[in-house]
Amino acid sequence: MTKCKAFIIGGSAGSLEVLLKVLPNVRTDIPFPIIIVIHRKHGVDSLLPALLSTRTELKVKEVDEKEEIMAGTVYIAPSDYHLLIEQNETFSLDYSEKINYSRPAIDATFQTAAEAYKTKLACLLLSGSNSDGVNGLKYVKSWGGTTLIQDPDSAQVAYMPAQAQLNVAIDQVLTIEDMAAFINLLS
Amino acid sequence: MDLSVITDEHVEILLSDLLEQYGYDFTGYSRASIKRRISRIYTLDRALSFAEFRYRILNDQAYFKRFVEQITVNVTEMFRDPSFFRKLREEVLPKLGTYPLIRIWLAGCSTGEEAYSISIILKELNLLHKSLIYATDLNPTVLEKAAQSIFAMSQMQQYSENYILSGGTKEFSSYYTASYSLAKFDDELKRKIVFSTHNLVSDHSFNEFQLILCRNVLIYFNRDLQHNVLDLFDSSLDELGYLALGSKETVEFSRISNRYKRLPGEKIWRKVG
Ligand SMILES: C[S@@+](CC[C@H](N)C(=O)[O-])C[C@H]1O[C@@H](n2cnc3c(N)ncnc32)[C@H](O)[C@@H]1O
Repeated sequence: MTKCKAFIIGGSAGSLEVLLKVLPNVRTDIPFPIIIVIHRKHGVDSLLPALLSTRTELKVKEVDEKEEIMAGTVYIAPSDYHLLIEQNETFSLDYSEKINYSRPAIDATFQTAAEAYKTKLACLLLSGSNSDGVNGLKYVKSWGGTTLIQDPDSAQVAYMPAQAQLNVAIDQVLTIEDMAAFINLLS
Repeated sequence: MDLSVITDEHVEILLSDLLEQYGYDFTGYSRASIKRRISRIYTLDRALSFAEFRYRILNDQAYFKRFVEQITVNVTEMFRDPSFFRKLREEVLPKLGTYPLIRIWLAGCSTGEEAYSISIILKELNLLHKSLIYATDLNPTVLEKAAQSIFAMSQMQQYSENYILSGGTKEFSSYYTASYSLAKFDDELKRKIVFSTHNLVSDHSFNEFQLILCRNVLIYFNRDLQHNVLDLFDSSLDELGYLALGSKETVEFSRISNRYKRLPGEKIWRKVG
């Protein structure tokens, strides 16, 4: 890929453990943002940024609407809103219908990011029990971005990455151990 | 959803059509959401081509109406964010109870779930008789639905849980009559609600209020438009009145921020200066 401008991680059941293992090994001078969209129960939301910031020196924050997207920052999608990426590389939030029974939906973020970052985007789909993110990855691919999945064999719940593998051309299948190394190599 | 059917250029063409032909100004809306909504209705309605789609919006009044309804997001709930409604119940509304008449503006009320939630709290605080809720929205269709006070029975369990979490102590089901899949809320709850159209982009202030609520509407606007709308609220709010926004919205960074003091924990500000 040409110079990465955004790395987006989507996940559902079984993905938090992966993030907790991967984040500590990510370089703290990455020249792009990491944007995280994971499904969780409404209400327990504010805990996630705090939890993840114990695992990395990178700045971790929940997204504010209209916020400018900055390199070297880990952004977390707030619960109960879809997280959209604007063409001018800012975030916006959307309270429309759930997609794949989810809000935030990984598809919504992957799709809007695909158009905003085109070839300079990498999206990674982790463990999960529904197929949210699969259409999004398809879209990322069609705009020339890089599609990545967690190795279904290493996933607590294989369904989501396995569905992606069945339906989308995947550029890399990553084990948990490989993820940070892969991110560190992008620049 | 197939997003590739509508390009960024298409979006701009349609937004300028709406402005020129109908006077509806969506040019200050965030594009990512608008584009998704347009793609969605384009696909749902099986438009044959962009040209045909555009022609229909421009020439078919009924279709134009549907289009506007569909590009705005009307999703809402009763007692959404229960802690917010608890703050209204325990702090804000009791303070306003000292006024002889409490005027409330609920902007972007969609299908009315919030309006009925507030009405229920006012009734329980014994303030409903001296309150007036102006519930406004851009879309006439959602307002018609709101005025019917009929909601899906399937939502009631969730709403009842929200209501209890927000500090409600009555039997939630005592507020509606169930009939098959529908729940019809008591007429008494809407006696003090005035539903009417108002466009936050182009319409002016129409009264003075002690409480203005506008939740999950500003997220669809760009920063400039947000600031204009906050000015509109400021000019419509009494001294010491309250302004309430959605859980991810803020008056910070706007021109009015220095006159507003936030209540701890919730997206509610009091006009202090
Ligand atoms: C997501 S709903 C929010 C409903 C409710 N306030 C809530 O938070 O649950 C957004 C509403 O804002 C309305 N809206 C959008 N643009 C508007 C405008 N310019 N003026 C008035 N209402 C508008 C839409 O029609 C829609 O009903």
